Amino acid sequence: MVRRTVIRKNRYFDSVFLMRVARRLASQPGMSDASAVLATAANRKVLIGIGYGEAGRDPDFAAAGPNDLVIALEGEEAAVDAIAANADSYLSQAAETSSGAGGSSPRPRSINEAMERRPDCSLAVISVPGEYAVREARTALQKGLHVFLFSSNVSVDDERSLKTEARQRGLIVMGPDCGTAFLGGAGIGFANAVRRGPVGIVGSAGTGMQEFASLVHQAGSGISNAIGTGSRDLSDAIGGISTLMGIDALEADPATKVIAVVSKPPGTGFTATLGERLGRCAKPVVLCLLGAEPDSLRIHNPEGSRGQPTPRWAFTLDEAVASALEVAGVNEPAFLRSDERVMRERAAIEIGKMRPEQHYLRGLFAGGTFCYQAQAMFLRSGLLVHSNEPLPGMPKLPDPHESRESSFVDMGAEIFVQGRPHPMIDASLRRKRLEREGEDPTVAVILLDFILGAISSPDPVGDLLGAIRNVQDKARRRGGHLCVVASVCGTDEDEQGLESQKAALTEAGVLVFPSGAQAASFCREAALMLTHRKETADVGLA
Amino acid sequence: MALKERINAANAEAFRRIVAADPILVDVAPASEVIPGMRDRLILHSGPPVTWDRMCGAQRGAAIGMCLFERWAADPAAAEEMLRSGEISLEPNHHHSSVGPMAGTISSNMWVWVVENKAFGNRAFCRQVESFQQFGDYSSSALAQLEKWRDVWGPALRAAVRKMGGVPLKQLVARALLMGDEMHNRVVASSSLFANAVAPVLVDCGLPKQQVVDTLYYAGNHPFLFLGISMAAAKASVDPARGVESSTVVTAMARNGTDFGIQVSGLDGEWFTAPAPRVEGLLLPGWKKEDAGLDMGDSAITETVGWGGFVIGGAPGILNFTGGTAEQALAFSREMRSISVGQSPDYLIPALDFQGSAVGIDIRKVVQTNILPVVDTAIAHKEPGHGIIGGGIVRPPLECFTKALTRFAERSSEWSEGPSSGRTVTSIPSS
Amino acid sequence: MSVLLEDLFQKAPVFLNVGVPVFGDSLREAGYEVVYVDWSPPAGGDARIADLLDDLL
Repeated sequence: MVRRTVIRKNRYFDSVFLMRVARRLASQPGMSDASAVLATAANRKVLIGIGYGEAGRDPDFAAAGPNDLVIALEGEEAAVDAIAANADSYLSQAAETSSGAGGSSPRPRSINEAMERRPDCSLAVISVPGEYAVREARTALQKGLHVFLFSSNVSVDDERSLKTEARQRGLIVMGPDCGTAFLGGAGIGFANAVRRGPVGIVGSAGTGMQEFASLVHQAGSGISNAIGTGSRDLSDAIGGISTLMGIDALEADPATKVIAVVSKPPGTGFTATLGERLGRCAKPVVLCLLGAEPDSLRIHNPEGSRGQPTPRWAFTLDEAVASALEVAGVNEPAFLRSDERVMRERAAIEIGKMRPEQHYLRGLFAGGTFCYQAQAMFLRSGLLVHSNEPLPGMPKLPDPHESRESSFVDMGAEIFVQGRPHPMIDASLRRKRLEREGEDPTVAVILLDFILGAISSPDPVGDLLGAIRNVQDKARRRGGHLCVVASVCGTDEDEQGLESQKAALTEAGVLVFPSGAQAASFCREAALMLTHRKETADVGLA
Repeated sequence: MALKERINAANAEAFRRIVAADPILVDVAPASEVIPGMRDRLILHSGPPVTWDRMCGAQRGAAIGMCLFERWAADPAAAEEMLRSGEISLEPNHHHSSVGPMAGTISSNMWVWVVENKAFGNRAFCRQVESFQQFGDYSSSALAQLEKWRDVWGPALRAAVRKMGGVPLKQLVARALLMGDEMHNRVVASSSLFANAVAPVLVDCGLPKQQVVDTLYYAGNHPFLFLGISMAAAKASVDPARGVESSTVVTAMARNGTDFGIQVSGLDGEWFTAPAPRVEGLLLPGWKKEDAGLDMGDSAITETVGWGGFVIGGAPGILNFTGGTAEQALAFSREMRSISVGQSPDYLIPALDFQGSAVGIDIRKVVQTNILPVVDTAIAHKEPGHGIIGGGIVRPPLECFTKALTRFAERSSEWSEGPSSGRTVTSIPSS
Repeated sequence: MSVLLEDLFQKAPVFLNVGVPVFGDSLREAGYEVVYVDWSPPAGGDARIADLLDDLL
């Protein structure tokens, strides 16, 4: 620790300016204290009092007077030397001033304040933590704003009360837990770059809507508008308030030629209401209630006798897209046609490379709809998989962090996103899980989804590519083969680039399918074969 | 009318009163002569009410100084004993239409600036600003400043101000804001403008030459001269906005070094307090962070009318006193709009393209946004017996505002049961 | 005055972004008008006070 003074003769500075200089000096690394003062008698006395001036042996300090500046430095020798050599730079104020935009007004701090400044706002995109979301949504409604509510963790009662209030005001609440919407050409939230076209969407299934819209775009058609409703909208407790408003609006929208409803199955009480509404819809409707069998929803169609179309039923998103395109007069594109025989052949090749103990599938999904759709397709073939978000009839994973036998894990479920970003944005949790699944020698097939578009990771495939290679290598070192299956949801116009994302997967030996349904379909064929193989082996062992 | 609309209407009225204020410096006078309720053996102090046992070091030192100044006690020990025993009463300035810088102490023979709000007819008072006794220094040299003010400067300025028929302050303040003042800790321009205005009249008052010369030196070289006038003007301007039923506008922010307190128009007479915060800023050479007392003074009355921290963006010179950057200062002033009812039509900030200062702090907006009013301030020592040791920026504790809001919610349910709405509790003539 | 949902189908909304800025950013980058609220939990996160505020503001 040393003390030293630096004198600048005949310099005048405002004493308070010098306080600021002193503070900057003292805050440099290795410094413990500093002063910058004019060498008045009083100031000299203070400095001598705290040990400067080498008890009178510092001649410059001794000679300094009220027109001279004293910079007094205390700290480690190297730090004091460095500052002493460069003292004048600390007297220039510029070093401390920030660059930043000079004239811009600060952002409003509340919805009320924002609406005072910009009363022309018409839709609030709300993504505050769940416990505050209701309050902000209500304020938005009171200010006459439609609401896109990304926030989750909103109670059913709050959701119902918000939606009821909205309806009274002629406003819609999209959400809570709403990921996607398209309004007037604008993709809101997790949205893919799709062209505008004749197909309107109402849906509670966020990634399902993304997949649907992307496939419609890939087929050369487009989306008029899409209304997200939040995952619980069709439950009996909510009674489809936003779904019905969305159908009304799309029915009245001249740009919409066909309406697709992409949702989870409705509550039993709401089924009749939905059926009645769709039955009297003036426009063709495609109904994709993932996991629901066609006969579960009786469509009451009083207009049927007058030639109104009955809703077209779709079991998968691919079927829904094909159906909507048909209504819109677009030919079904080749990529939507999947040939089960070809899939079986490919599966047989994959399984042929595996060790006998490789029995199980593990699906790690970023998109909840992909997890749900895959389960529905498996269930239909009598195949059971464990899931943290099980479809009725599927066994529930006791611990979502631990797969067992064949498991489909929705990595976007509440438990995985508390306090961290969604797997569509941040792949780290899914990457770790993938690595762990790769340690398990009984795993035969890994099923992944990748979702492109706004807000999603800039390189969803790249985020997992290293882990994919690792798990493949590990299986190879065990003398087996791990079959990695994937679909990529997106369009050629998404920033991430659909083709380059797919190409990176293909290059890594991943089997890439044009849609989530087809990837799941392939997995289903593989699962059937693996089950058969295991049963045969078990019998043989017995 | 629904409660929210009633509050908005009440706040609009409180805002109207504040911006309609027309403060005139009408006199300089002994406290005993002008301050309502002033009496012997009474010391007024800054901030919300505080008892001797809770009083901070600097304010204790200042109170000891007043006992010596008033010759109630012969020495500091005797003064301390009188204060401890309760022989001397302690009351907040704000309960007497008054304000005081830092410790803010006022007693009978302390002369005060007298500002009249011509638009409403009310008066407010503030003592002189200096760098010693108001910070807790009760040495004889510190007290000599008070005596000089009482015996020489005060009476001379009184003569001049009276002879001028009062000094209109609105234009003077508006001019000073354009010259880089912010009317709280940067009052160099306004002090000069005031000294220039008074000087020729002072010469012509028939006072002894030495008194005139002394006073001209005092007025012409005191960088904080105008702060006392500015504080009295702010107090006179905001007081008519007290007691507007259902108004959530802040009518006082004041600190005593122990507590930070606010008062709210619709909750007149009540204080909402929380522990006084530490001031972030710069210290004079020789002082360390540990020496600093907590936030103190009535001077935040300037922020209450939209000066001080609310216009700091137009007064970059003050950053030498408070620290921070010019960009931060501009951001402070812009940010204050988010918690205010409106913007002043008279007091403009050239650095913000001559936009009016934000006026009328709304406790609801403070709580909603978590933006706390910005106050620039001086720093006193934590122990009695020292002068100024630094300056900086401070924000009130959010707790003051949440307490006030909680009380307001309680009271509003009472009001909504009552017969009238939008009624004014205290009657103030409108301009 | 509020705008009908059907009208938003014709002309994209003027968005008010409350919360995570990335939602607004993606819209702004796509050329839409976005007003941002610099949001923080009201009353420093005190739910009781936030409830009071709902009645008053």
